Amino acid sequence: MDELIFEQSVPGRCGVAFPPCDAPERPLEQLVPSAALRQQPPRLPEVAEFDVIRHYTRLSQRNFAVDTHFYPLGSCTMKYNPKLNDRIAAWSRFAWLHPSQPASQTQGLLQMLYELEQLLCGITGMAAFTLQPAAGAQGELTGLKIIRAYHRAKRQSRPVILIPDSAHGTNPASAALSGFRVVELASGPDGLIDLGELKRHLSNEVAALMLTNPNTLGLFERNISAITHLCHEYGALVYLDGANMNALLGIVKPAEMGVDLLQLNLHKTFSTPHGGGGPGAGPVGVIAALADFLPVPRVRKVGARFRWDARGRRSIGRVHAFYGNVGVLLRAYVYIRTLGREGLERTSRAAIINANYLKAKFSRLVPIPFGDHCLHEFVASLKPLKASGVTAWDVAKRLLDYGYYAPTVYFPLVVEEAVMVEPTETESKSTLDAFVEAMARIVEEAREHPEWLKLAPQRLPTHRVDEVKAAREPNLRWQPDAKSPAFHDAPSLRA
Amino acid sequence: MQIPAELRYTKTHEWAKVAPSEVIVGITAHAQEELRDVVYVELPPAGKILKQGEPAAVVESVKAAFDIYAPMSGTVVRANTELSKSPQLVNADCYGAGWFFALTPSQPSEAEALLAADAYTKLITAAAH
Repeated sequence: MDELIFEQSVPGRCGVAFPPCDAPERPLEQLVPSAALRQQPPRLPEVAEFDVIRHYTRLSQRNFAVDTHFYPLGSCTMKYNPKLNDRIAAWSRFAWLHPSQPASQTQGLLQMLYELEQLLCGITGMAAFTLQPAAGAQGELTGLKIIRAYHRAKRQSRPVILIPDSAHGTNPASAALSGFRVVELASGPDGLIDLGELKRHLSNEVAALMLTNPNTLGLFERNISAITHLCHEYGALVYLDGANMNALLGIVKPAEMGVDLLQLNLHKTFSTPHGGGGPGAGPVGVIAALADFLPVPRVRKVGARFRWDARGRRSIGRVHAFYGNVGVLLRAYVYIRTLGREGLERTSRAAIINANYLKAKFSRLVPIPFGDHCLHEFVASLKPLKASGVTAWDVAKRLLDYGYYAPTVYFPLVVEEAVMVEPTETESKSTLDAFVEAMARIVEEAREHPEWLKLAPQRLPTHRVDEVKAAREPNLRWQPDAKSPAFHDAPSLRA
Repeated sequence: MQIPAELRYTKTHEWAKVAPSEVIVGITAHAQEELRDVVYVELPPAGKILKQGEPAAVVESVKAAFDIYAPMSGTVVRANTELSKSPQLVNADCYGAGWFFALTPSQPSEAEALLAADAYTKLITAAAH
């Protein structure tokens, strides 16, 4: 392993030469309130500019990224992020705006935000959107707060949220965090929501059903109209986790399925950068009956002008500073505008075809327990490899050796030794064929040389890491070593 | 695989040591093997009222997080605090030091619905095929 940048510090090494000061000098104490002044210098590494550049360039070259590798990470929609999006987001007329600037100076940005809301309404059939939430899970939380506010306004107490067992783990987490009681619905034998099971659990205690469609097995809920109709009969709302929207663009609008509110993950479906901790964006869209509960402020169009509107007696309030991660929103806006309606539909259709092609090829190697026809992703089971002591975990690690990012493993829980593959529309047939070829070789290795898989990855800078130790004794922060000379003789600033 | 005859089992792989006044709950050898290395356990607080079949605890392994269900209804009397500190006890000694919690049963007759060791053995061998 490389040394951390802190460990590379050498006292006195400096990469910058300051020019002589050409302004009158005044003591620091006169310029900054004493309470804000440090007694000791901050513990920053002392390194030259090229030390920093080499260090971080080297680290970045070790990245497994969609810009360098195929990234079939199921449920994450790791599609390519067109560089045009970044180029426009970097324009100074966007990038240099300050969020506190008056609306009169930021009309272009406001127009972009307003139009993005309209575009998302068009794509989903929803009546209104908030762009504030910074991630899918925050979108869920926002949606649940809206659900709560809606029932409260109707003077109803509904403490329960129904969630199918194939849901993303964030769904029950968001519902529990919002103070709801989560009741899990067991999937039917076909991996879909069982109408009988749903009926058994519906009552006037249920605030909403939270579902993902297509679900995490990549299957479209065929009975979606009956499902949403049934929920509405009981006065319950239907929340759609829009994480899998990449299968639906231009083909079906969630509003037509009877969905009342949803979040979109712009960093998945709309190609804004994803991974590495964000930032993301999880806008929430609602039907007209829920629009008053959306977070404020909202962008309004008055004549030809745009302005902020912070009113909203029934609003759940703010969920993010200013107006969300605007740079991310702008990237999604550019993506949608570039593709247009037709392009978006072709995107989803290509994603579905790619997934079905891979699934057909995979099914010759390993079982695919659910569904004849998947949408944007599918889930294979590596249970047969267990006979030679090989787990999905080992196969995922071995795929890294072959130059592929590992698919999601052990999720959803309804499939044993699950491997969840989502190729997205990005990849060409030749990439998909090469990936299947690698998988075929690994399945063979599992039978002939299981020990190769147990030792994988071997071809990466870091080999098999101790994940158990990392989880049980996480060491998340570098601490200066008592022996390290780097920070010992740091002089007092005021000496 | 170890499946002690004196315990009762659930289809969701919990074991219960049933006595009239107290039921001790843990997860089976099969469950801990499937989970692999356990890294975190969340236990119910004493006094919590549980219903049979409802989530009672959470166990997290390097693979995923799973709910542990109450095998019987009742009130939690104590939880295994050692387990919070050393979750690996689940893997090392799932029927002993790796127990999860104890409850006072509110409906002792529910024990009749639990599986005996031979029925549980059948359940997990059937699932393996």
